[in-house]
Amino acid sequence: MMHKISIKVNGDLYVLSVEPWKTLNQVLREDLNLTGTKLGCGTGDCGACTVLVDGRSVTSCLTLAVEMDGKEILTVEGLAPAGEELHPIQRAFVEKGAIQCGYCTPGMELSALYLLKNNPSPSEAEIREALSGNLCRCTGYNKIVEAVQWAAKELKAEKSKSTRSK
Amino acid sequence: MGLPKFNYVAPETVQEACQILEKLGGQAKVMAGGTDLLIKMKHGALRPKTIVGLRKIKELRKISFRKNQGLFIGAMALLEEVASHPKVKKLYPAVAYAASQTATVQIRNMGTVVGNICNAAPSADNIPSLMAFGAELIIASPNGERRILLENFFKGPGEVNLNRGELVKGVLVPPPPEGSGVSYQFISQRSKVDIAAVCVAAMVVIDKGRTRDVKIVLGAVAPTPIRALEAEGLLRGKKLADRSIQKAAEQASQEARPITDMRATSEYRRLMVAVLTKRALLEARQMALAS
Repeated sequence: MMHKISIKVNGDLYVLSVEPWKTLNQVLREDLNLTGTKLGCGTGDCGACTVLVDGRSVTSCLTLAVEMDGKEILTVEGLAPAGEELHPIQRAFVEKGAIQCGYCTPGMELSALYLLKNNPSPSEAEIREALSGNLCRCTGYNKIVEAVQWAAKELKAEKSKSTRSK
Repeated sequence: MGLPKFNYVAPETVQEACQILEKLGGQAKVMAGGTDLLIKMKHGALRPKTIVGLRKIKELRKISFRKNQGLFIGAMALLEEVASHPKVKKLYPAVAYAASQTATVQIRNMGTVVGNICNAAPSADNIPSLMAFGAELIIASPNGERRILLENFFKGPGEVNLNRGELVKGVLVPPPPEGSGVSYQFISQRSKVDIAAVCVAAMVVIDKGRTRDVKIVLGAVAPTPIRALEAEGLLRGKKLADRSIQKAAEQASQEARPITDMRATSEYRRLMVAVLTKRALLEARQMALAS
């Protein structure tokens, strides 16, 4: 049986009919053509499929689309909408050479965003802990950790600028 | 890796959920966060005809504390919500700690403490500390509710004492007694991301320098989490001296019935039971004396 769901993805509202066995990952990639979200292990171990649902990071490969009715989802495409500047976290990954093959990057960036929203000044240990559900087979993680540290500084600088201008 | 086909229903009340479960029996599986169930289905180990999702039952998301009743953790309360709940952290730090040490950030944002219990893995991170606190499960059925001590809930790996039509609503943890301390210790190959190779919780209540009560719970070293009753017996009523703690730790190691698997050998597990029991008792004693 098909289930009707309405979801907001990166600010856009979609009303979809989904089969109950479809994962959020499949709906994002196959139905909405948002292929920035990757599929790695399919069992919630590698974090390549990480997205935010109502602000919480989850692995979309273990999330049933049918349970997403009424939810707001953020994928990597929503970090920097097309034609606009990169998000500071994305800029940090580029600046710090934290991307090699790039497959883990969307998931890493969303895990980093979740961390920095909840903890704007994380220690290195906290960053490593926050990214422990995201595997990278290229970089050895150091550059990713540096990128998150850099992004944390950028975001704080942006925030203090915007509060001062208010 | 795709999922096999199934029907999905999302009841809005506990009563409705129990009626569905009674009607469908073994063909249905209850889903909280889905982080264990969906993996088993992807691997073909389970093929339920129907998944009963609990997401729409609002009351199950609740975490609440009352002085005389204790802490209630609803079946849908996320691991992350339990780990970060101020009251849980303050009054049941070992419960918050165990939840915070379960899997990864994403899994903690999806999975639930009660789901971890009902999945009934012998290695489940959240069971030993709750058992040490003397927690009970509240189980609903179409005919009402019953309670069962958590330590009587498990029958074997993945097998629990639930009848047709029954649903675990949540776990109730009694108020911590005065002068008590509970510690959770575990060891695994890849920090918390990996499943525990051995885990131990210890609870002590110290009254006028003597051990009024003690519980030692061992995980991942038997088909279910178990109490090390003889080790507890060595400590009950006595002074909790370092030497007695050492003896109890060695006794607990004898009570373990570990197997060898990809995570550890039986011999290593047995040795680690002694190490972790000692650590848990030392920390529990420290907490009890500081309380």
